[in-house]
Amino acid sequence: MEKTVISLMVENNAGVLARVAMLFGRRGFNIDSLTVSATDNPDISRITITTTGDEQIINQIVLQTGKLVEVRAIRVEDPLESIQRELLLLKLRTSENDLNDIAAICSIYEAKIVDLSERSLIIELTGKSGKIDAFLAVLKKYELIEQCRTGVTTIERGETAFAYEQRESHRS
Amino acid sequence: MKMTGAEAIVEVLIEQGVKDIFGYPGGATLHIHDALCKRQGEIKHYLPADERGAVHAADGYARATGKVGVCLATSGPGATNLVTGIATAFLDSIPLVAITANVGTSLIGKDSFQEVYISGIASPIAKHTYAVRDITRLAHTLRTAFQIANSGRKGPVLVDIPKDITAGILDFEPAGPVCADAPNVPDDALIEKIAGMIQKSKRPVLCFGGGVVSSGASEEIKMFIEKTGIPACHTIMATGVVAFGDELDLGMTGMHGSVAANSAVAEADLLIAAGTRLSDRVAQGRKTFAPEAPIIQFDIDPSEIGKSLESGGSLIGDLRSTLQALMPLVDKQPRAEWMEQICRWKEKDYFPECGNGSIRPHEIMEIIGELAGGESIITTDVGQHQIWAAQYCKTTRPRGFMTSGGLGTMGFGYGAAVGAQVAFPNAPVIHITGDGSLHMNMCEAATAVSYNLPVITVIMDNEVLGMVRQLQWAYHDECYMATEPYRKTNYEMVGKGFGAETYRADTADAFRDAFSKALKNEGPSWIVCHIDKKEKVLPMMPAGKGVEDIILTQEEGGL
Repeated sequence: MEKTVISLMVENNAGVLARVAMLFGRRGFNIDSLTVSATDNPDISRITITTTGDEQIINQIVLQTGKLVEVRAIRVEDPLESIQRELLLLKLRTSENDLNDIAAICSIYEAKIVDLSERSLIIELTGKSGKIDAFLAVLKKYELIEQCRTGVTTIERGETAFAYEQRESHRS
Repeated sequence: MKMTGAEAIVEVLIEQGVKDIFGYPGGATLHIHDALCKRQGEIKHYLPADERGAVHAADGYARATGKVGVCLATSGPGATNLVTGIATAFLDSIPLVAITANVGTSLIGKDSFQEVYISGIASPIAKHTYAVRDITRLAHTLRTAFQIANSGRKGPVLVDIPKDITAGILDFEPAGPVCADAPNVPDDALIEKIAGMIQKSKRPVLCFGGGVVSSGASEEIKMFIEKTGIPACHTIMATGVVAFGDELDLGMTGMHGSVAANSAVAEADLLIAAGTRLSDRVAQGRKTFAPEAPIIQFDIDPSEIGKSLESGGSLIGDLRSTLQALMPLVDKQPRAEWMEQICRWKEKDYFPECGNGSIRPHEIMEIIGELAGGESIITTDVGQHQIWAAQYCKTTRPRGFMTSGGLGTMGFGYGAAVGAQVAFPNAPVIHITGDGSLHMNMCEAATAVSYNLPVITVIMDNEVLGMVRQLQWAYHDECYMATEPYRKTNYEMVGKGFGAETYRADTADAFRDAFSKALKNEGPSWIVCHIDKKEKVLPMMPAGKGVEDIILTQEEGGL
């Protein structure tokens, strides 16, 4: 099933992330990835959740999550109308012989080798989730030590900002 | 105005119009109780037997009055004892503010004595929870709690306040009662569209629920039924809204609904769901629930649209305003054939006979309905007695029947009755219970005695956990594991021991006599009635089955 990216603007209060996560947990909604970060407004955090579900489930996720008191705005992101990016950090075991080949693959994917030691290296790549999946598939033949993905973060194309309700915070 | 946090809490309660509070003290509440002590003329504090009694009483108070109920508990076990009651209020959308005191800020997070993270524990079972950490936010937080509890789809809000914040000094600014947020108003085009669907339908059925009660739309729903001539069934949460026995009244729908209600729903070509979330006890899925009909939903909570069943249209907003807006656009359409069919179904319904020498459940309920009068309030616990009460009590007051419909909380009824009696000291308040549920909440008799509350507890003693036993009868080859405890509790002695008047009534005449006496008592009464354990709640539509599978017999030894 296709993944759906949902953005939320939430009050930057203690426990707000737990509330959102608990709602997904108790209603049986999936969280495939989740990112949280500060915004230009110190009272507001932005959460991006990648989830899976049919139209009815996505609709319920939006309506149920939107009901949480500290959620100021929620929307389903249109993949064509938004820029969606994920960051990958990848640690591979390498021998000297592999280095040129890996560097060539990195260059095609516009990935950067950000750390190199005698028998390992770390690669950094940003891109859509699909691109990262493809990059990982190509590098499968090398020995993976560790990988870390941030999950999707997204922003809408065009000049508008993600508007959220302006009101007093529920900070206590 | 400088004052302590505790004084500010009491100040906000008074300013929000709170007259009664149900609380249990502890180390962490000392400052709050001290502040309450100084304002006893303005706000009365009731001490239950345990915190569960407090939260159910606040809930019962809210159900009886429509106002926000308030309870107070100390940290740790005091707070965790509120959990079932908060969940009960949440599932039935009852406005409640639960205040918990916690250990001092410096002790939080260190597994201190009587410390729990109640704000986290209660988060998935409350509309919202607060853990106050900043004394300057205390009054505002408490006010917002009232606003959230009473706005839109109502529900419980928990406010957890550390002890040092109750002792600290703040600058208090007086304010008035908070106003509930204005609900959404559906637009005219949508209302016209829905009215058109209703007008065109040949076999419409209205199914209404607790939303009618919480929006105060009882008169409007009656007018709607009368004006359109559409037959109506209700969920247990709307018991008492329409008069029993009316031509258009199909009774309760769902698992223990009437044959007429469930048959009409099954054959309908349009189902109007008003103020009901169509839970699994009402609608077990699209195959059996109105399979041929679009379901149009009137709900204040947009997330209810299409949550359980596919929706065929909706009006989001306050039910009362919705019905008022809809009313001029609908009228009575000729549906003679449909009404004849409904009459035929009504004849096929379950009509229990009177007992021969013993008393049967429906007789108890009918006598209560007859003697208690129109101003009475009935509360129930959970089990067979609960459904019998809903089926046969014939209450006609919209806030006169309170039951834990969503969570199904055994032990709800006594606390709720205490709350209702505090709210309406002169109304007959009847707590209908079973021997199973009574063992969970009988300690609240102490509260009724302490405050001289004339709550009448009717104990339907069948010596078994009847509802679960009935499920074992229907689904588990009559293996009555853990449902036949045969306790030796002497209810008359126990009741007397608490200080209640007690009566035994094993025949209809004896019950009539005992109930009449109990109505005159100034303090609480217990009436114990022995019920045959083979009595079943009928009709019963088995899970996942349809109208043709409705059980109408209670013979044991194989269905």
